[in-house]
Amino acid sequence: MTARSGVWLVVMVVALVLVPVLIGSPFYVNLASQVLIYAILAMSLNLLVGFGGLTSLGHAAYLGFAAYVTIYLTTLAGFGQFSGALIALVATTGLAMLFGFLALRASGLGFLMITLALGQILWGLAFRWVSLTGGDNGLGGMQRPHPFGIDLGDPNAFYYFALCFFLVAFAGIALFVRSPFGHSLRGSRDQPRRMRALGYNVWFVQWCGFVYAGFWGAIAGILYAYYNQFVSPHALNLMTSAETLLMVIAGGAGTLFGPIVGAVLVVVLKNVVSAYIARWVMLLGAVFVMIVLFMPEGLVPGTTRWTKLALGRRRRAAGGGPGEATGTAAVQERSS
Amino acid sequence: MLRPGGILSALVLSAVLGTVGAQAQDNGPIKVGFLTVKSGALAAGGRQMEEGLKLCVDQHDGKMAGRKIDVITADTAGQPAVTKTKTQELVERDNVDVLIGPLAAFEALAIDDYIRKVKVPIISPSAAAEDLTQRKPNPWFVRAVGTSAQAHHPLGEYAAKDLGYKKIAIIADDFAFGHEIASGFQRVFKDNGGEIVQKLWPPLNTADYGSYITQIDPDVDAVFAAFAGGNGIKFLGQYRNYGMTKPVLGSMTTVDEGILKNMGDEALGVISAGWYSAGIDTPTNQAFVKAVRKAYGSDPGYYTVGAYMACQFLNNALEQVHGDVSDKQAFMKALRNVNIDKSPYGPVKIDDYGQPIMDIEIRKVEKKDGRLQNTVIKTYPAVSQFWTYDPKKFLAGPVYSRDYDGGGEKK
Repeated sequence: MTARSGVWLVVMVVALVLVPVLIGSPFYVNLASQVLIYAILAMSLNLLVGFGGLTSLGHAAYLGFAAYVTIYLTTLAGFGQFSGALIALVATTGLAMLFGFLALRASGLGFLMITLALGQILWGLAFRWVSLTGGDNGLGGMQRPHPFGIDLGDPNAFYYFALCFFLVAFAGIALFVRSPFGHSLRGSRDQPRRMRALGYNVWFVQWCGFVYAGFWGAIAGILYAYYNQFVSPHALNLMTSAETLLMVIAGGAGTLFGPIVGAVLVVVLKNVVSAYIARWVMLLGAVFVMIVLFMPEGLVPGTTRWTKLALGRRRRAAGGGPGEATGTAAVQERSS
Repeated sequence: MLRPGGILSALVLSAVLGTVGAQAQDNGPIKVGFLTVKSGALAAGGRQMEEGLKLCVDQHDGKMAGRKIDVITADTAGQPAVTKTKTQELVERDNVDVLIGPLAAFEALAIDDYIRKVKVPIISPSAAAEDLTQRKPNPWFVRAVGTSAQAHHPLGEYAAKDLGYKKIAIIADDFAFGHEIASGFQRVFKDNGGEIVQKLWPPLNTADYGSYITQIDPDVDAVFAAFAGGNGIKFLGQYRNYGMTKPVLGSMTTVDEGILKNMGDEALGVISAGWYSAGIDTPTNQAFVKAVRKAYGSDPGYYTVGAYMACQFLNNALEQVHGDVSDKQAFMKALRNVNIDKSPYGPVKIDDYGQPIMDIEIRKVEKKDGRLQNTVIKTYPAVSQFWTYDPKKFLAGPVYSRDYDGGGEKK
């Protein structure tokens, strides 16, 4: 990390901290909280899709499962807020271990189909096991916790609560990806046979990545439960999985910021733009088509590429050598 | 990995969010937040709701009790999480005085806690889940339609007493709405000496009902079919294609006017029950049906009339408080006190739980003037959501579900 990107990071954190002050309206603060929750979910899926090369269509499983367990334990089974959340976290991570064991028997399309099937099984259970899950009417009646006496019912307080988890998730995922283990995960994506020849257990590397992604999916699920105070099979359905995948791909799979931008894009289109444009689903489709046409690598890498291109052209016009610009671009390319 | 360009892009792209300041409201229009579904699988019902509401507002020239009515429509996409955000938007950003919506029961349940917290009156034009006005009544909630079972308790009695059926097979959509309808019918049918020989639960998205139709016991007197959305069209068509001749009893939504226009002769003779039928022969209803036909070219069904009536409830309550909605408690009390003599439903009152007491019509699909319609063959006046049961006893029992095994207590 260079000093300059360190400065940018500080700027980003300060901007995020100031969001409630800048926005003022509780509605938009709540929206920002939702963006943070979906960003955590998208970042966790990005571990699989972007860094592991494992496209999953069942990521809603962790969001929904964690949300169901949290709400069930705290409202119906009489657990405390902290123990309920902790059990949800452990149970969901355990679920990811099991799912990883099953899904990683295949790769590519096979992996996609198995994750899809596993996700649908959970959805079916939530829909049909009415005595436990409330069926399609869902589970509700949950209160937000009061950690250290702070009332999370307040939009600003909840935003900062979610922001803490978001920052920890971001740091946790960034460190993971930059660690030697993260490199081996990317290695298993790009050159699985060479990795095997080097003595890596590719299956185990991918499984660890899968479980780690499930862990952050569970965090997103617990926050989802706190935010909505309600969960129904919609949290588990294919739509939610597909939307999360869209966030990752639209923002830029395999980049740290891509999923966050994707989450902003989808949440804002779904919740804000739909108030002004009745055919917002069509707009969402058009936006994705534009992304695929002009920035097939996703918004974040795409914008970076276009910016570099524009800067390079200006530099060339000013008489500077093109070598420098292409050189940096090459470095960027390698690091992503 | 942490590239400045990437962060810059992230910041720029994240700045899409705009801010809109809260608007002042005093003696301006009354703001009505309308939660409907414009995208996704439920959009057809959502559009009919919009039509019903618009017709009602237009009939009042956009004014109720001397104040202008300002409807702000939001698309919930039929998803609970979006429904909650949209409700927050209407309440916190647009400062609405009253909400009408949402469409599905799970949407209404998703915002239930939020409504209690912000204390904004809400009129449900469609969501029929029993417990919203039974075991978990929300003091800010009033419903403008029946509960799932409200119309099907009388149908149970009608099937046993008037039609003389002894054995019936139930086939119903496998979700809460279907479970509640089937259980209500079963309870009263068994109370009147009938017997439910089997219950079949095809999933909501069943394409071919063949495997269920062939399971139906050949000894039954009739089949009670409770379907929602477009499933009634598929079921009735396939039922006739399989050569079944046993009479079909339907739930209100199986042969709803919204889908009846897409059916053929297979629907003829289906007897169903509902708190509404386009065929109710009162001047008020015929004027309403004529207005809907003129404006939208079709008969009003479940969703159209539900939203229309939600809007009439609002009008009635606003007249009680002379257009003053500043005292929310008084306004809510007025909503709970709605009393309409003449409406498309007939006379309507509200019970202590926020649920209308209405006439229930037994209807038969007939062909008139080249179109199918639900002709009223019997009316049960002033039916409560608890039918003839004692509310306290009724509420002490479990909510109607897939495994409901009640009925037959009194013979």
